[in-house]
Amino acid sequence: MMLVLLITVLMAGAVVAVLAGEWNRNFPRWIALVACVIGLLLVITLWAGTGHSVADSQWLMDYRKEWIPSFGITFHLAVDGLSLLLLALTFFLGVLAVLCSWDEIRERTGFYYFNLLWILAGVAGVFMAMDLFLFYFFWEVMLIPMYFLIGIWGSENRVYAAYKFFIFTQASGLLMFLAILGLYFIHGRDTGTYTFGYFELVNTVIPFKTAFWLMSGFMIAFAVKLPVFPFHTWLPDAHGEAPTAGSLILAGLLLKTGAYGMLRFVVPLFPEAVKEMAVPAMVLGVVGVIYGAVMAYSQTDLKRLVAFTSVSHMGFVITGIFALNELALQGVVMQLVTHALSTGALFLMAGMIKERLHTRDIEQMGGLWSPMPRMGSVGLVFAMASLGLPGLGNFVAEFLILLGVFQAQAWITVAAASGLIFSAVYSLRIVGKIFLGPRKTMETVPDFSPREMLIMAALTVSVVWLGLFPQPVIDTAKPAITELVRFMDVQNTASHDQSYVK
Amino acid sequence: MLMDKYLWLIPALPLGGFFILALIGKNMSRTWVATVGAGSICLSALVTFVVGGAFLSGMPENTVYTQTLWTWFEVGEFSAKITLSLDVLSLVFVFVITFIGALIHIYSTAFMEADRDYARFFASMNLFVFSMLVLVLADNLLLMYLGWEGVGLCSYLLIGFWYEQPTNGNAARKAFTVTRIGDAAMAIGLFMVFQQAGTLVVSDIGANASVIWQPNSATVTITALLLLAGGLGKSAQLPLQTWLPDAMAGPSPVSALIHAATMVTAGVYLVARMHTIFALSETARLVVAIIGAATLLLAGLTALTQYDIKRVLAYSTISQIGYMFLALGVGAWTAAVFHFMIHAFFKALLFLAAGAIIESLHHEHNMFKMGGLKDKMPVVFWTFLAGAISLAAVPLISAGFYSKDQILWYSWSADGGSPVLWAVALAGALITATYTTRMMILTFWGESHTHIGHLPGKRMTVPLVVLAVFSVFAGFIELPHNFGHFTLFSDFLHPVLPETAMQENIPSEWLFQLLAALATLGGIFLGYYYYYQQPARIASLRQNGLLVRLYRFWFSGWAFDALYDRMLVRPFVFIARINKSDITDKLYTGISGMTGEMYKLLSRTQSGSLRWYIMGLVVGAILILGIQIML
Repeated sequence: MMLVLLITVLMAGAVVAVLAGEWNRNFPRWIALVACVIGLLLVITLWAGTGHSVADSQWLMDYRKEWIPSFGITFHLAVDGLSLLLLALTFFLGVLAVLCSWDEIRERTGFYYFNLLWILAGVAGVFMAMDLFLFYFFWEVMLIPMYFLIGIWGSENRVYAAYKFFIFTQASGLLMFLAILGLYFIHGRDTGTYTFGYFELVNTVIPFKTAFWLMSGFMIAFAVKLPVFPFHTWLPDAHGEAPTAGSLILAGLLLKTGAYGMLRFVVPLFPEAVKEMAVPAMVLGVVGVIYGAVMAYSQTDLKRLVAFTSVSHMGFVITGIFALNELALQGVVMQLVTHALSTGALFLMAGMIKERLHTRDIEQMGGLWSPMPRMGSVGLVFAMASLGLPGLGNFVAEFLILLGVFQAQAWITVAAASGLIFSAVYSLRIVGKIFLGPRKTMETVPDFSPREMLIMAALTVSVVWLGLFPQPVIDTAKPAITELVRFMDVQNTASHDQSYVK
Repeated sequence: MLMDKYLWLIPALPLGGFFILALIGKNMSRTWVATVGAGSICLSALVTFVVGGAFLSGMPENTVYTQTLWTWFEVGEFSAKITLSLDVLSLVFVFVITFIGALIHIYSTAFMEADRDYARFFASMNLFVFSMLVLVLADNLLLMYLGWEGVGLCSYLLIGFWYEQPTNGNAARKAFTVTRIGDAAMAIGLFMVFQQAGTLVVSDIGANASVIWQPNSATVTITALLLLAGGLGKSAQLPLQTWLPDAMAGPSPVSALIHAATMVTAGVYLVARMHTIFALSETARLVVAIIGAATLLLAGLTALTQYDIKRVLAYSTISQIGYMFLALGVGAWTAAVFHFMIHAFFKALLFLAAGAIIESLHHEHNMFKMGGLKDKMPVVFWTFLAGAISLAAVPLISAGFYSKDQILWYSWSADGGSPVLWAVALAGALITATYTTRMMILTFWGESHTHIGHLPGKRMTVPLVVLAVFSVFAGFIELPHNFGHFTLFSDFLHPVLPETAMQENIPSEWLFQLLAALATLGGIFLGYYYYYQQPARIASLRQNGLLVRLYRFWFSGWAFDALYDRMLVRPFVFIARINKSDITDKLYTGISGMTGEMYKLLSRTQSGSLRWYIMGLVVGAILILGIQIML
């Protein structure tokens, strides 16, 4: 029941917010904040209670109700450690997204917070849905409010960016839906029970060729979301034009749904096709790492720059997923969490600078350390996180990924390690262009306000904490990851009819 | 008494200092900033003395103090712990880092007094010392990597300390990026080590190295070379040496810290620490020795041509570290560490003294505009002289002689040594003495060219005097085999570092010492002759076109900067720039453009003219019928 509550609290909050917005334009932000905080508290209680769960199952909580029984569609939510981490991330970033919009959004606040909460609800649903139809439903729920968020509250070129985002996601989403239907019918034909249930479909035996095409359907949807080179081009536009909270949620959560989809669906549903595709996928990942980094270096628009760093970091994710071993997969989970924090922080900072200087062009910044030493220090911390400085969470993630990939394909790691150099190049460029050098403008720019300080302090503490004490995250994800690895190993040695989960 | 439970205090004190200064330093008075900033390092040095003393007094053979603080992360078979470990090798490094670090901090309290960002300076310095301590105290390679990268970050912060000058920011960025190239290779080295050894704990690797790796196999060579690449970056050895001269952009105490006690010695530490891996690969050791020899010669010749006093010292650091690598390469492990320690004393001294001079001369770096400071700044002169004779390795009376002589001797006679390496090292000794003399004469003798401002106070001169004493006398703890045969230092290190394996049938050590002494004296004479006695000769040398071109080539640091700029930087920037708008996006704009064109094409058929529509219908009908009939 708690799982349903997580989604309903957001959806209900959204409806109340839009109604209250008619009354007073300051009400919606409070309602949104309360909804996100309640959600966060719920997830924390859930997490705190995981110690008592049944030891031999990766699943911590499960909720199931018939929805459209004639088509075999159920309303089935479940969480394991992986979902739990991502849910915690969702609500944490949700709180920050509300806080960072606090003063930025002044028009149509009711509808704004409606969209914001609705996206979060969609994301939370995606991380919990254990019925493929339901999953697709939530996948679409995320999309449309995000379209509005970019299209209405974005900056100059917002309409173009919103369309691009919509078309990329929608087109690839439809391919996934086709693949889901294909899976549904194959399973139904083979077993006689037509169902969208994840736990049934996951044991479907599919001929290799069919599996390859079905996998591609899923893969394209997730690869666009992640994004994987060369499907990344919607990202810089969407990030560049979105309002600050939009960028935060895009980078922090929407991209993560792509990685989650690969871990949850692609790998367990199509183990053999995945193994066959592993090397090309890893190569694409490495291309993304390097290409994203070089592109990031060339950008002058701060938000586009940070967007390309995401492309680079997500390259590590796909490389790690297809290494298919515990080290790399734990690194991937860690990367999902830490990238959300560090890139989110950089987007927030870009938003804060834009509020002060009214520009995103880094050529017009410079020397901002002296008026804003606090922002400078925090910016430095996140630039360092982005280049993978040990002691910050991103290092643990990238180290584990590279270490794991090295066991699988040493040469891929060697190529990916060049990303360590490129990330230093672009990260230091960010710091140098914004904070160092002579002042370019003589406007007075105030340092962090208490609200901004709170947001950035929360992120800084989190990323340092994860850098020094990452074990709780690793332990939480462990059952899900080891189960996945065990399943893949079994696939290696034995016949197909070994079942995944339970 | 076991003091190992206090081990964590050594790095924790500087870290605490960093946190205090970083969080509330802005609101603290200068006195408090200085107290916290320098006090934390002094306390750390004190703890080092106490713990180190206990370690030595209660030391049975092969004792190691270890302290596990917490488990960093554990995934499957992989486990990384935050564990500190103190053995004799790390003790030497910890001693140098905290002791010299403390002196540099005390000096800085006066040197940086007028600076706007006093607290930021000490915060960064404390973090620097902390990182370096973690590096040398780490019991596993991953924790060492944490310190390793932390050092890189702090060098970035401190080299770019005066960030409003764009050149300083660029120098800082260069330092970080160039060393990062080495670090990336080193990271791959760690992956290899883990893949083969299944652990990153140094002592486990050391104990099982000969089981894990076949001697002289390709794997062990590659592993060693990857680790070495990390060391080359941090220690500014060929081909990654270009960042160090530019690192002079930072305040002088920073240079002292980078060059003497911390950063650049990290590579030496790494190779010494992983000597078990290097011992298994002759190729890797040969590479180390060749790189060391080449670097010491190249940097020495460059130092000869510089006019900025700090750049002379910078190149001399590169050159001296080259000696240490040479020693490591030929298997003279303890000699390398000995030279590291002596070098730390005199190089810190030289940088601090140079800083005092530059400060008194209103930020004048050019030696040709100094001159005549001998009588005007006596304390600085005498201490600088002490450092200079040690750098030049003046026989018998300087510590540098004892450490460098050992390396010269081993570069021929040790197992990995050869006459060529020895000849290069000997030439290097001559060059070192020459540029040191040139620097001394230009700075302290002759006519005064710049007005002297205020003289350094006690907080600056006391550290100089202390370091001067060490620069002269510290050499006596390790005397050559043929006179004195007093081997306190190498005996001390032997629990960790093996004895140097020697060749058979080598000429007498006396001969080598004599030649080394002659090289030094010859170098001093050259410097004296050209810069003091016959300065006109220099002018006549300038007439020679070939020499001038050679001079320019050396002066630019053998054109490495230009080379890298053309080969790496410009192509990278070029590619980045032309692709700013992302070529892959053309694919999608192409699709949408094509759709638009198709739409235009088709929309033209919707002309509203009935004749065209009927025509279309008829043509369509005919076509369809035609096709049906044909089939």
